[in-house]
Amino acid sequence: MKEYQTITEISGPLVFAEVDEPIGYDEIVEIETPNGDTKRGQVLESSSGLVAIQVFEGTEGIDRKSSVRFLGETLKMPVTEDLLGRVLDGSGQPIDGGPEIVPDDRHDIVGAAINPYAREYPQEFIQTGVSAIDGMNTLIRGQKLPIFSGSGLPHNDLALQIARQASVPEEEEGDDDEGSEFAVIFGAMGITAEEANEFMDDFERTGALERSVVFMNLADDPAVERTVTPRMALTTAEYLAFEKGYHVLVILTDMTNYCEALREIGAAREEVPGRRGYPGYMYTDLAQLYERAGRIEGREGSVTQLPILTMPGDDDTHPIPDLTGYITEGQIYIDRDLNSQGIEPPIDVLPSLSRLMDDGIGEGFTREDHEDVANQLFAAYARGEDLRDLVNIVGREALSELDNKYLDFADRFETEFVDQGSETNRSIEETLGIGWDLLGGLPKQELNRIDEEFIETYYPEDAESETAEEVAAD
Amino acid sequence: MSQATETDAVREDGVIESVSGPVVTATDLDARMNDVVYVGDEGLMGEVIEIEGNLTTLQVYEETSNVAPGEPVENTGEPLSVDLGPGMLDSIYDGVQRPLAVLEDQMGAFLDRGVDAPGIDLEKTWEFEPTVEEGDDVAPGDIVGTVPETESIEHKVMVPPDYEGGEVVSVDGGNFAVTETVVELDNGEEIQMRQEWPVREARPAKEKETPRTPLVSGQRILDGLFPIAKGGTAAIPGPFGSGKTVTQHQLAKWADADIVVYVGCGERGNEMTEVIDDFPELEDPMTGKPLMSRTCLIANTSNMPVAARESCVYTGITIAEYYRDMGYDVALMADSTSRWAEAMREISSRLEEMPGEEGYPAYLAARLSEFYERAGKFRNLNGSEGSVSAIGAVSPPGGDFSEPVTQNTLRIVKTFWALDADLAERRHFPSINWNESYSLYTDQLDPWYVENVDENFPDRRQWAVDVLDEEGELQEIVQLVGKDALPEDQQLTLEVARYIRESWLQQNAFHDVDTFCSPEKTYAMLGAIETFNDEAFDALEAGVPVEEIQDIDAAPRLNRMGVQDDWEEYISDLEDSIAEQLREKY
Repeated sequence: MKEYQTITEISGPLVFAEVDEPIGYDEIVEIETPNGDTKRGQVLESSSGLVAIQVFEGTEGIDRKSSVRFLGETLKMPVTEDLLGRVLDGSGQPIDGGPEIVPDDRHDIVGAAINPYAREYPQEFIQTGVSAIDGMNTLIRGQKLPIFSGSGLPHNDLALQIARQASVPEEEEGDDDEGSEFAVIFGAMGITAEEANEFMDDFERTGALERSVVFMNLADDPAVERTVTPRMALTTAEYLAFEKGYHVLVILTDMTNYCEALREIGAAREEVPGRRGYPGYMYTDLAQLYERAGRIEGREGSVTQLPILTMPGDDDTHPIPDLTGYITEGQIYIDRDLNSQGIEPPIDVLPSLSRLMDDGIGEGFTREDHEDVANQLFAAYARGEDLRDLVNIVGREALSELDNKYLDFADRFETEFVDQGSETNRSIEETLGIGWDLLGGLPKQELNRIDEEFIETYYPEDAESETAEEVAAD
Repeated sequence: MSQATETDAVREDGVIESVSGPVVTATDLDARMNDVVYVGDEGLMGEVIEIEGNLTTLQVYEETSNVAPGEPVENTGEPLSVDLGPGMLDSIYDGVQRPLAVLEDQMGAFLDRGVDAPGIDLEKTWEFEPTVEEGDDVAPGDIVGTVPETESIEHKVMVPPDYEGGEVVSVDGGNFAVTETVVELDNGEEIQMRQEWPVREARPAKEKETPRTPLVSGQRILDGLFPIAKGGTAAIPGPFGSGKTVTQHQLAKWADADIVVYVGCGERGNEMTEVIDDFPELEDPMTGKPLMSRTCLIANTSNMPVAARESCVYTGITIAEYYRDMGYDVALMADSTSRWAEAMREISSRLEEMPGEEGYPAYLAARLSEFYERAGKFRNLNGSEGSVSAIGAVSPPGGDFSEPVTQNTLRIVKTFWALDADLAERRHFPSINWNESYSLYTDQLDPWYVENVDENFPDRRQWAVDVLDEEGELQEIVQLVGKDALPEDQQLTLEVARYIRESWLQQNAFHDVDTFCSPEKTYAMLGAIETFNDEAFDALEAGVPVEEIQDIDAAPRLNRMGVQDDWEEYISDLEDSIAEQLREKY
């Protein structure tokens, strides 16, 4: 290993150095500053004679006399089951004062893509206990389902609630799952110390910490380090899932900060920027993170991702949510209006979506009527929402009896179905029960998305006579 | 990826000068544009994309971590080519035609680097049955024999288009591997079951013809309102979550093409797995044979290397053209062409090319039109007729159709299926917007519908379009004053339009019966709604109030037509009861 004192340029997070041996792309670099600090970095561009290095821990204190060491390997994450219960910084060093980590193995943090042919199609329903998710946008093991939120909205509460409550209903667990345990990997990128405390307190309060690995890159930690944090977290997740058989839930927050860091590096390298100054390769870069979710045939565990991103200006056409939506299997929207109405969690189900839902619900997974009920609830709520605009103009009296029923339905849907509080854990049966209860407020013949058989079985009978009478009286 | 020539044509080696992600430069490499190279000690596959003096720029199809300057670059002297021959159907490839099943055997569940595998199995033997005899004259493109490739497809072995052709001097029937010579010509040319073709070059044909047969998709809104021809081009743009992929899957499953090439370009891994799991279990509704036996899948998921994403649509269309040459109707689905365009943008920006609109390279429009022009109905070199229909999904950022990929695509394609986030939000699927979508093929396809479905088909379609148009206008008024303020006949029109939307345009892709709807059923279902319309307006004229008309028991049964297996009886019963119940009222 050769040491150089040949730095020619320092600019933002980048250091350029002259070399006289070939240096590998992505290779790890250690830079020692004159006052003895060691900073780590990675080779961004390597040509014979000159390399560009991106420094994770910031370039302050580096001068042209600092020495540069190339370690001859790419960035690795030391992995072991003992990581469970530990708190690490954004580049994988323990910060909880615990013992040194003795790794079982060291894995490259740039994960290789899973061969689509070796994947197993995710079909196992995860009960989060949140009606708006379980009932309408079901989460499946191996899925990547981001939470689209905005600044000041309670997305963290929702993520915590899911981490706390997520379970697979007893009867689904089957024999093949015997012994697979549940683990949470928490990757924080640029969140405030206060937010971090909120997460840590909750983990400690519920005892979740012992089955968690926490990676903390806080708001005042170097931005460039954020580009490594999710890769560290996902490498650990893949190890636990595919080698140790855990069902891993990965919470990444906040992806917006991650993308800002990408932009910062792109700008420092004077790259041609793409939309809104984000680098043109951001789609590929994000895909390399999000696609590290799923199941592999013949292996026990699974990686489920729940990335959180705050949409700048609540705008979902902004490049970050936009590119994310094209890669992930759906999204959950946190809505500002619902939040100000005190709905908890304030999930707007209409733009939310779970792409893996159709194959993971119904008979044998949740309940036979689940898909039809969800479709009907969507359609009815969408109609109620539309009518609200009209009511603002013409008033409720001008609307027909049926339209008024839809308006009532939409109100009840928000206050009874979506609003449940962060401590309530509803089973899928309860969720569907509430759904039927609400549908009972509509006349039977309006339920055109539901199989007649299910209407027979589940439509609340007392509700029907009520509505029938009302219609007759009308 | 084609392999056979790599050994005999290797030219001067070069040396890596610099590495930056997928873009690598090398010096002293004697190469032509688009030659395939093997980069570094690990032999990662790449392609020459720029030559400037002694410096050659390469795009590498694999992850380049730890590749260093000074490592060698080996040139194959051949452009990026695909292996063409029996065994492509029922296969799943990555973007450079490496079979994913073989890669899994070689390196496990994760895709490692530096592994190559031939696109078709070079060892496997196939039963070759000659259709020529010694002494016959054959020209390029001519069929010299057949091979039973899968249950439903007979593979035709052809004289490669770049051969000269001549008199057959020897021909052998029986079991052979694809690299063995089966036919020899008097000029010394040897014909094997396998041939190679460079992906960026269109395979030649005699002429392009006007397509006059629809590609029947089994989707009511497509077959009924916006049909695509066999040999036509279509674009499906839509924001995320609006159902592009489901629509593409539906087409791949149910379109009445002989061969389907499905290119997952930057798709989600789990979605690709769904296709891989689902298709072998599904049956082709036309032949009853497994769907996979007519399908070739190309899966380059979003996290697989970006350069392979750029090449995967070319790999797909070259395979499609090869089957077209045999006289088959091929449907190619590319999901999504935006990912392909973005791969171009990413590589272009690494090359520091001057960007065009929104950072896309200035040659974006040219590349897109080159691709779509390779679709069409053709008279082949051997005189047979074949077609390639190209259907590209487009993923416009933020769902904004004014962006360059959508706009440049729309200038070329003749069918436009606009997906709509609003419809998707209220779970109206397929969420194709009937006001924005269009098909420029309707006129040339109408004779087919008249002959094969019903002579009244074009008129009935026009009736549906008119009702939907009128509804669009009325809805604007309803938004202001409410439905009850409209005169009764307009309220009735709204009701009819609602049935067209909810029971005819909507189709449940996940319902066993509703997922496929024959053109006859499509026509009959619309007929039932038209019957309701005619009877209802008669009743209204006779003084029956509109509420009573809407409330007849039979009307909601219109919504269940789609899921009826025995639809002929259901629909004729339903039409009778509608007429009966309405006539009772006056």
